[in-house]
Amino acid sequence: MTSYQLASVVGRRARAARLRRLLRGKLVLVAAGAVVALVVLAAVFAPLIAPYDPNAVDPMAVSQGSSAAHWLGTDDTGRDIASRLLHGARPSLLAPLVVTVGAGLVGTALAVAAAWLGGWWDRAITAVLDVVFGFPGLVLAVVGAAVFGAGLKIAVLTLTIAYLPYVARVVRGSALKERNLPYVAALRMLGLGGGRIVLRHVVPNLLPLVLVQTATAFGYTLLDVAAFSFIGLGAQPPTAEWGLMVAQGAPGILAGAPQESLYAGLAIVVFVVACSLLGAGLSQRLTGGER
Amino acid sequence: MTTATVPLLEFDSLRVTLPLGGTQRTVIHRVDLALAAGSAVGLVGESGSGKSLTARSVLGLLPEGARIEGDVRFDGASVPAMRQAELRTLRSRHAAMVFQDPRTHINPLRTVGDFLTEALVSVRREPRAQAEAKVVALLREVHVADAERRMRQRPSELSGGLLQRVMIASALAVEPRLLLADEPTTALDVTTQAEVMAIIDEARENRGLTLLFITHDLALAAAVCDRIAVMYAGHLVEELPARRLVGDAAHRYTRALLASRPDPTVPDARLRAVDGRPLSAFEAGPGCPFAPRCAAAQELCHRERPEPRAVADGRAACHFPHAVDPQAVDLDAVDPHAADTERTAR
Amino acid sequence: MTDIPVLEVEGLTKRFGEHTAVDGVSLRLASGESLAVVGESGSGKTTTARMITGLESISSGTVTMGGRPLPGPRARTAERLAFARRIQMVFQDPYTSLDRHQRIGDGIAEVLARHAPLHGAELTRRRDELLDQVGLDRRQADSRPRHLSGGQRQRAAIARALAVEPELLVLDEAVAALDVSVQAQIVNLLAEIRGQRPISYLFITHDLGIVPHLCERVVVMREGRIVEAGPTAEVLTDPRDPYTRDLIDSVPRPGWKPRRRT
Repeated sequence: MTSYQLASVVGRRARAARLRRLLRGKLVLVAAGAVVALVVLAAVFAPLIAPYDPNAVDPMAVSQGSSAAHWLGTDDTGRDIASRLLHGARPSLLAPLVVTVGAGLVGTALAVAAAWLGGWWDRAITAVLDVVFGFPGLVLAVVGAAVFGAGLKIAVLTLTIAYLPYVARVVRGSALKERNLPYVAALRMLGLGGGRIVLRHVVPNLLPLVLVQTATAFGYTLLDVAAFSFIGLGAQPPTAEWGLMVAQGAPGILAGAPQESLYAGLAIVVFVVACSLLGAGLSQRLTGGER
Repeated sequence: MTTATVPLLEFDSLRVTLPLGGTQRTVIHRVDLALAAGSAVGLVGESGSGKSLTARSVLGLLPEGARIEGDVRFDGASVPAMRQAELRTLRSRHAAMVFQDPRTHINPLRTVGDFLTEALVSVRREPRAQAEAKVVALLREVHVADAERRMRQRPSELSGGLLQRVMIASALAVEPRLLLADEPTTALDVTTQAEVMAIIDEARENRGLTLLFITHDLALAAAVCDRIAVMYAGHLVEELPARRLVGDAAHRYTRALLASRPDPTVPDARLRAVDGRPLSAFEAGPGCPFAPRCAAAQELCHRERPEPRAVADGRAACHFPHAVDPQAVDLDAVDPHAADTERTAR
Repeated sequence: MTDIPVLEVEGLTKRFGEHTAVDGVSLRLASGESLAVVGESGSGKTTTARMITGLESISSGTVTMGGRPLPGPRARTAERLAFARRIQMVFQDPYTSLDRHQRIGDGIAEVLARHAPLHGAELTRRRDELLDQVGLDRRQADSRPRHLSGGQRQRAAIARALAVEPELLVLDEAVAALDVSVQAQIVNLLAEIRGQRPISYLFITHDLGIVPHLCERVVVMREGRIVEAGPTAEVLTDPRDPYTRDLIDSVPRPGWKPRRRT
C-alpha cells in the first residue's frame, strides 16, 4: 500500500470520527439550545402569540382534533390546547427555574462553606444534607401539602429543599479540590483574607460547574413539577400547566381524544431532553479541556 | 544504507497530523530514523517535540483522527497499513512499551501477579503454573527481591521504582524484540532512576533487545544509548553517536540543550539559557523551527527549512552547524553502524 | 544588614500519626543568603518548607523569622500582611498555583493593592515594572494562565511573589515541571533578581544539577533528617555522607553509567 492510499484509508476513518464528534458536540448542542430558547421565547410572549385566551371555554367546540381554528385541537371544555400549552409554559418553566436557581444558590453557599470551614462545620452541614437526601422529593411534597395545603408555591419550596443536596454534594467535592490547589495557599500567603479568596477566586472558579449542574437539573425539576401537578400537589385548576394538562387530558385518552395529554406530554419530553443534552454539552465545554 | 539488512524499526519520512481545535494540525513534520536490530537509540526532546507520538506510532497507538503520511516499518512491515489483528500480534509478541507513569497503566485492584500473568494466560494460552513460574523468573531478572511475595501484592503497596520494574518485567514477558521506553524514569528520584535505567540496560544486553528510549534528558540518553536523535517542534534535527554528543553535537539546539544542563560537579560550569520557549510542531514557520530562539540564526534560517545533512558520522538539519573539530572524529567510526556492531559484539 | 537571621529553624519536627516525616531539622538563613534543601521524595523537604511557610502545622520545634515567631491561624490582618512581606513561596506546578480565571496582570495588581497604598496609574506602573522584571510583556499580562507556557506561568508566579517584596522566597521544586531549556532561564532569572535586591532563597529540590547555580549552601535531607550540610561547592565535589555521594553519583553526566545499588 502506498502512503497515498494509506492516507486515504486513514482519512476515511478520520472523517467518520469527525462526524461522530460533531454529533456528540456542536450540532446537538445548537439544536438543544434552539429548542430551549424557542420554548422560553414562547413562554415570554405567550399572550402575544397565543390565538385564544387559555381559559376561554367554548361549549360548541369540545374535544376537537386539529383544525385551522384550533391547531392542536381543544380540550373537554373547549379550551384551545395550543393557547394553553403556550401559557402553560410560563408556570411550567418558571417553577423549575425558581427551584434550580434557589437550590443552586443555597446549595453552593452551603457546599463552599462546608469545604472552606472544614472540621465541625463540614460534618454538620454534610450530615444535614444527607438527612434531606434520604427523603424522596415526593415524600417531602406530600408532607408540605399536608401541612400547608397543595399548591405550586409549596411544591416549589419542597422541591428546592429536595434538590439542595444534589447540588451541594457535587459542588462540595469540587470546592474541596479547589481549596487544596496551590493557588489558594499562595493567595493566603500573599496576605489575602479568607472572604476575598472565597468570593473572588474560589466561587468564580466553581461557577461553570454550578451552571452545568443547574442546567442539567433544570430538566429534571421541570419533570418533577409536572409530576407534582399531575398528582394534584402542584398547580391547581384552572391554571394552564403542562403536568396538570396531562392529568386533565387523561380521561380523553380512552374517549378517543388524546390530544391534550399527548401534546402536553410531548412538550415536557422534548423540553427535558433538550435540557439534559444542553447540560451535557455545556459540561464538556465548560469543565473539560481547561488546561 | 550500504548493507542489505533491513533495520528492525524504520521511520520513513513520517509525518503525523491530528485534529486539534477544529483543524488538522501537524504534530510530527518529518522523522527519518532507522534502528538496527540490537541497537539503542535515544529520542530526545522537550514538550511539543513529538517524541512520544513518534514512539506511539510504532505500536499504532496514535490518538483518534490521526493522519499518517510516510511510513513506520517494523521488520519491513508497514505499521500504519496493519489490520487490527496484525497490530495486536505486533503489540503482544514483538514490541512492548514502558510508560512514564506506571500507576495509570496497571489496574489498582488486582495483584501484581494477576497483572503479569494475564497476557500470558489469556492471549498466549499458557498454563497458569507455567506463566507464574515465568513471571517470577522475570521479576528476579529485573532484580525484584522477594518476587513471590510481590506477586501477591497490589500496586498501591509498591514504590514507584518497584512498580516500574514490574512494568519492565511485564514488557519483557512477551519476549519482544523491540522495547519502547517513554520517559520511564521521569517520575522517579535520581537514585531510583539510575537503578531502573541500569535494569533496562542490563535486560537489553542480555536479551539483545532493540531499544527506543524517549526522554528529555540528553545525558541520560547518552548513558544508555548508542545513538542519539534530537527532536524539536516535530522535526528530527540531529542524529549522532552518543559518545560524540558532548564534544561534537552540530545542531545549535542540541548544543543549547547541553548548555542548559551542565555537570553539577564541575566547578564554575556555566548555565547558559536559550530565550523563548519550545515550540509545538504546528507553530513552526517556514524556516528552521529553532531559528526564533537560535543565537546563530541568519536570514536564511528564518526563510528556508534546513534539510538534514551528513555531519561526520551523524546528520544535522542546520544551515550553520556548530563547527566539528576534525581531530575529534574517530576515523574508524565513519561507518554509521560501527557503533551498533561494537555494541552487539560485546 | 543586621545580624538577625532572616530565618531560623530549631528542631523542627512533623509527625503524621506514627510516622515522623520531619525529624529535628534546624536551619539558619542570613539576609541575602541562598540555601538549597536537597532530598528525594519522602525526605521531608517539602513538609519542612510547608511548616516554615505556615501551610502545615508544626508538631514540635520553632520557626522564627527576623526574630519573630510564625503567626497563628487566628492572626490579625496586620500580622498576616507583615508575615506575607517576610516570606513568599513559588510552587512546583505554575498552572495550579495561579487562579486559572484571573488575568496575570490582575493577579499582581490585586496583591499590590492589598499591600501598598497604590492606586490607578501608580499601581499600573508598579505592576508593569514587576512584569518587566520577570520578562513578561503587556500581552501576557492580559492573558489567563491557560494561554501561557509553563515558563511564562512560573515567571508570573515569581512576579506575584515579588509584589510584596518579601525577605525570603521559598522555591518548592519551582523549576522541576519545566522544560530543560526553560529551567535554565528561570534559574538565571532568579539569580538576576537576587543581584538586584536583598532577598534570600530557600530552594527545595530533588535535582542537584541546578543547585550550584543558585545557592551558596546546601543541606541534604534523608528520611526527615539532615544528613549533610555545607557550602555547595564542597558538598558537591567532596561529600562526606555516603547518601550525598549516592545522590551525586546518580546524576547523569558525560561518561556516566547507571548502576544498581542492590
